[in-house]
Amino acid sequence: MTTPQIAIAHGQSETEKKTVKVLVWDLDNTLWNGTLLESDSVQLRDGVRAALDTLDKRGILHSIASKNDHDLAMEKLREFGLERYFLYPQINWNSKAAGVRSIATSINIGLDAVAFIDDEPYEREEVKHAMPEIAVFDSSELDSLADRTEFIPAFITDDSARRREMYLADVERKRAEEQFIGPSEEFLATLGMEFTIARAQEEDLKRAEELTVRTHQLNTTGYTYSFEELNAFRASPNHLLLIAGLTDKFGSYGKIGLTLVEKNPEVWTIKLFLMSCRVMSRGVGTIFMNHLLGLARDAGVALQAEFLSNNRNRMMLITYKMGGFREVSRDGDFIVLQHDLDRIQPRPDWIDVEIVD
Amino acid sequence: MADNRKARIKEFLSRFFRNHELKDDEDIFALGFVNSLLALQLVNFLEGEFGFTIEDDELDFENFRTIQNMDALIERKTSAAGVAV
Repeated sequence: MTTPQIAIAHGQSETEKKTVKVLVWDLDNTLWNGTLLESDSVQLRDGVRAALDTLDKRGILHSIASKNDHDLAMEKLREFGLERYFLYPQINWNSKAAGVRSIATSINIGLDAVAFIDDEPYEREEVKHAMPEIAVFDSSELDSLADRTEFIPAFITDDSARRREMYLADVERKRAEEQFIGPSEEFLATLGMEFTIARAQEEDLKRAEELTVRTHQLNTTGYTYSFEELNAFRASPNHLLLIAGLTDKFGSYGKIGLTLVEKNPEVWTIKLFLMSCRVMSRGVGTIFMNHLLGLARDAGVALQAEFLSNNRNRMMLITYKMGGFREVSRDGDFIVLQHDLDRIQPRPDWIDVEIVD
Repeated sequence: MADNRKARIKEFLSRFFRNHELKDDEDIFALGFVNSLLALQLVNFLEGEFGFTIEDDELDFENFRTIQNMDALIERKTSAAGVAV
């Protein structure tokens, strides 16, 4: 099947298409030929292994929504050596719409970044009906997927290629967190977190650009900058471009925070401050913000921050305001805040913070 | 009514500040590290528990600094809207 027909069938122009972050697979007659409950000798379909691997390297995650016997299906995936490709597989007798929704929630991404592939028109229709934002594909479209624009991310960075590993580490973390009894701070203390804040280097800029495009919820303004613009900020004496990374005992989260500060003689302005959703419950955003407060205080300047609401980023306004910023002006959804720098919370003792200048 | 509200807030906060008897006028920001997740959970708790929406301009940390201040915010919100708590 050729791609242009599909694009028309979905009634979307190329520019409207959102990049897919997770592809959810059906199993019987999609991932493999045959029905597992009828025959144990199902064969992997041609092109499946290549598609899994190609998309994985681009940082696109895989999951499963299949009506099947869970243990039997997982055993078969292990036999094929594919089980580590799939995050939060939903193999049960519930509706696939419920399964797909649960996957998006577990991974913490919007439904418009999810694609679903299934050979059964009924299942595709049910998922599409429940969640119109989701792109659905017939299993016959498998071979063309990797060439479609929505499966070609604008950026492929070191972090993209390791994205699956990082999410698998998250699965382990969540399991550990669920089993932990006690306040969340005590759990955080068991993680052995190391948070690094550094001036962005040239090799960080692709990831920085990717973060500005991918991050919506934990993003104060949503300003996006090109590689060239970011590179200019990096070299500019009037700007501060910092990137943050996090590791813990389960592994690395990669580079998960970015901020751009515009430095004028009397006033510094935080133009952009964002954190990856994967670290939402780790308390590191506040540590990053407090670092900026300290820098401004030491420089003897006033510190302002811009905030632009996109209806999904209220958490960042809460972070600013509860962190001591006060609104100084407002124009519709655009707010300017200022911090008087007289109270800066000390760093908590459950995390190691390294500042690389 | 107000004492009951304060007790509910105190009970919620006790999950975060364990082994500490939080007083009504005690500054929670001075007590320990208040991160954005706790802040969000606190905002969501107050909105859900007492049935109102906290506007952007009310998110000021002064309103959340002590149990007393939170109670005063609830009082302003609910009496203005005529909501029974």
